[in-house]
Amino acid sequence: MKPVFEYTRGMLPEETTYCPGCTHGIAHRLIMEALDEKGLLGETIGVAPIGCSILAHHYMNIDMCESTHGRAPAIATGIRRVHPDKIVFTYQGDGDLASIGTGEIVHAAHRGERITSFFINNAIYGMTGGQMAPTSLLGQKTTTSMDGRMQELSGKPLRMAELIATIDGAVFVERVSLDSPGNVRKAKKAIRKAIEVQEKKLGFGFVEILSSCATNWGVTPVKALEWMRENMIPYYPLGNLKSPEEVK
Amino acid sequence: MSEKVLMKGNEAFAEAAIRSGCRYYFGYPITPQNEIPEYMSRELPKVGGSFVQAESELAAISMAYGGAVAGGRVFVSSSSPGIALMQEGFSFLCSTEIPLVILNVSRGGPGVGGIQPGQADYYQATRGGGNGDYHLIVFAPSSIQEAVDMMEMAFRVAEEYRNPVMILADGLIGQMMEPVVLPNPIPDAVREGILKAKPWALTGTKEGRPHNVVKSLYLKPEELENRIMEMDLKYQKAKEQLVRYETNRLEEAEVVLVAYGSTARIAEEAMELLAEEGIQAGLIRPISLWPFPYEAFDKIPEKVKAVISVELSRGQMMDDVKIGSKGRFPVGLSSRVGGILITPPEIAADVKKVLGVER
Repeated sequence: MKPVFEYTRGMLPEETTYCPGCTHGIAHRLIMEALDEKGLLGETIGVAPIGCSILAHHYMNIDMCESTHGRAPAIATGIRRVHPDKIVFTYQGDGDLASIGTGEIVHAAHRGERITSFFINNAIYGMTGGQMAPTSLLGQKTTTSMDGRMQELSGKPLRMAELIATIDGAVFVERVSLDSPGNVRKAKKAIRKAIEVQEKKLGFGFVEILSSCATNWGVTPVKALEWMRENMIPYYPLGNLKSPEEVK
Repeated sequence: MSEKVLMKGNEAFAEAAIRSGCRYYFGYPITPQNEIPEYMSRELPKVGGSFVQAESELAAISMAYGGAVAGGRVFVSSSSPGIALMQEGFSFLCSTEIPLVILNVSRGGPGVGGIQPGQADYYQATRGGGNGDYHLIVFAPSSIQEAVDMMEMAFRVAEEYRNPVMILADGLIGQMMEPVVLPNPIPDAVREGILKAKPWALTGTKEGRPHNVVKSLYLKPEELENRIMEMDLKYQKAKEQLVRYETNRLEEAEVVLVAYGSTARIAEEAMELLAEEGIQAGLIRPISLWPFPYEAFDKIPEKVKAVISVELSRGQMMDDVKIGSKGRFPVGLSSRVGGILITPPEIAADVKKVLGVER
């Protein structure tokens, strides 16, 4: 009898340190499943960021290194030069990618680096305990915006997928969400396509993954998913912004 | 050996790095070292290597970490304010034990400072501007020939110690031209063996070995302490094995000058001027700045009246000169800063002032 579900070989049999209701685990698994299905686990090198997912290498069964804060796309650039035929990706949160690492992500896209950046957007700094991120929503209460994010003080949330899509070197850009089983399936498809873009050496790929942070949002795991649907998705519209013909 | 050629320092450094097997260079423009990225952008692709002009020095050092973590022989260069931006990476490379050769063609500071030669990066190089218990291994050449000759050694030391090595050259050595004999390129077989000698490198598991992880985060204090103590063993070994220096006329000296880099060559001329006036000056030239050659100071005869640190900074190396002198001799300073090169008569005058002689 054929099993309908198996633990992906891309994930190590470790209990994660992520909080209950956190979607990092789902994002990790989708990326590892996509690589496994393509037989690429042994050909992949990943870069983990500063943030909760600095520990991604505890769970992902591939060669990986940690990164300085925000510099993962530059590090992946160096890895790419030494290994032109491997799959190289960065896995970064919103503090890492959309704040301290804006220079590195913009220029990796601008050079058309043949890497993939998976961008976990949960609208908050998780590891440091819930400070405002560039992606925090207007009115969102965080430990550095106790009365809610105010536009006149902090501007409006940064839409990274749209920003990256304006750069010619970025050939695949899609925003997905992990709030529901249907959207998780769509996320997996986008991740697969982004990896195909790299296999076919087409250019820079970017997948923004809307995620939850129940702990720092101060809600239950179920409420966190609802909050994503009610607040994040309207501001961060889902869908493909850019895709080359070869992977459509 | 190849024949003697006349070359600008910066271009000779770049060519020496390529001949030492470096195939990856990441850089950002900054004066006075721009000939290096220019040379690398032209020459590396010809030998199957890779040049990337980074968007910043932060990105350059991060790319260098990426290239080195993937097993490549990587070289970066910059100048003082750019080196300041790379400090995050230096600390991180030391903690992750990733080998790299860094060239600092230093200029006057602080801040933006100027673009003329300086040696005020002594603290930055030997004390580190990054966080934590770490050291760069630092060598300071005093001629283009010496810089070129130490390049391959620098890569070997970086790989043996799994620690970044800095070559601290000043803007004078970078910008001047001198006749130089370039080293022969290392054989292809040796170069190809470099990656194989790095079992820790990220190369993809091929699903045939446990995954390699290169990490810097240790949340448990006991683990971090063990990690730091392991690194410290390396640094203690470096202190035993990597000290390099030269001495000149130490035995007959009544005063000893201490100088590194191009300043050492100026100090040698000052020694001649002083000799004409009947003052016997000796020289200690540190070649390794970290580890510093403290033991050289034990060779200074008791009759010496003073030890003088000659540097293009306000007494940064003088701290080490004092440690090395162990209070046996008064320690003085002879210096010009801001990008001005000290002259032999100025050094001679400073020496006479310290000795309290008007001859």
